[in-house]
Amino acid sequence: MIRTDVFFLYLFVMAGVTYLIRMLPLVLCKEKIENRFIKSFLYYIPYAVLSAMTIPAIFFSTGCLLSAILGLVVAVVLSLFEHKLLTVAIGACGTVFIVEWIMSLIK
Amino acid sequence: MSAKQLYLRGIKDGFPICLGYLSVSFAFGIFAVGCGLSVWQSILVSMTNVTSAGQLAGVPIIAGGLPLIDIVITQLVINLRYSLMSVSLSQKLSPRVKLLQRLAIAFCVTDEIFAVSISQKDELETPYMIGLITTPFWGWTIGTTLGALAGDILPAMIVSALGIALYAMFVAIVIPPAKKSRSVALCCLLAMSMSVAFRFIPLLQKVSSGIAIIICALVSGLLFAAIAPISDEKSGDGSDQTSSGKAVEA
Repeated sequence: MIRTDVFFLYLFVMAGVTYLIRMLPLVLCKEKIENRFIKSFLYYIPYAVLSAMTIPAIFFSTGCLLSAILGLVVAVVLSLFEHKLLTVAIGACGTVFIVEWIMSLIK
Repeated sequence: MSAKQLYLRGIKDGFPICLGYLSVSFAFGIFAVGCGLSVWQSILVSMTNVTSAGQLAGVPIIAGGLPLIDIVITQLVINLRYSLMSVSLSQKLSPRVKLLQRLAIAFCVTDEIFAVSISQKDELETPYMIGLITTPFWGWTIGTTLGALAGDILPAMIVSALGIALYAMFVAIVIPPAKKSRSVALCCLLAMSMSVAFRFIPLLQKVSSGIAIIICALVSGLLFAAIAPISDEKSGDGSDQTSSGKAVEA
């Protein structure tokens, strides 16, 4: 077991670094950016970040590849019809659950 | 909208994030206790960091008694993507959000909270952001607690099904704008292809996943900002943000 004082030292440093990374840009960039290139960059960044985080990680987010693929397909179809985030999330989770349940029956 | 309505809308929008966090933090709770942290230590790590990848990398360092500098470096590398998100978020916060409120909001800039924030049409007000942070924060804390207390409360199949929740939400955020703008769609495709390359090409696999995401996003974002800059009138900062910063078709 880790000594309590040592634990708190590590916890403090870990939380501190994580917080500074988040806090400094949010507090320092107070002015609206006018530069068109930077504005365009900031416009694309979120979608690029989310895309990179989702693919290929989503394929390894469930019990097996097949349920993940079908979950993704359902999420994409629901999103194309612009359903709410919660609907899409529940649709994908439900699909994964049903697929893995059927697969457990077959086994 | 009144402050209360904004707060409640934030709570509601945070709910799907909370759902996803329950499963991820549940897994983290099991992991942290497995590494040798006590239950209360695991919970404190979650409550003070609120970052999945960072915590997964940090806990073995704490438990193994590795040098303190290791934790600084891993957190910097893995979490640096949050600073990109914070810059982006800073442009979307209403001018009414004061310094102290910014300091509070900064505590919970996570992938998912950021994703939902930027998908909002209007500028972000403090009550909305506080609401948006509340449910996921408690989901993260409660999930960790449950995972740390008893690894096998939830049947494996439910944990597995919840695992896709956060990614499904990302899909729901990216697809609608990608459907409307070809440049957004292409930018996303580029980021995805790069991310796949980092995952499967042996030499690129050496790059940590946190850094890989930063590289994918920076390259795709910079490239498309250069070849398909957004039009000025559409990227306005204020009142009519219905099509905020819609990209000019390349």
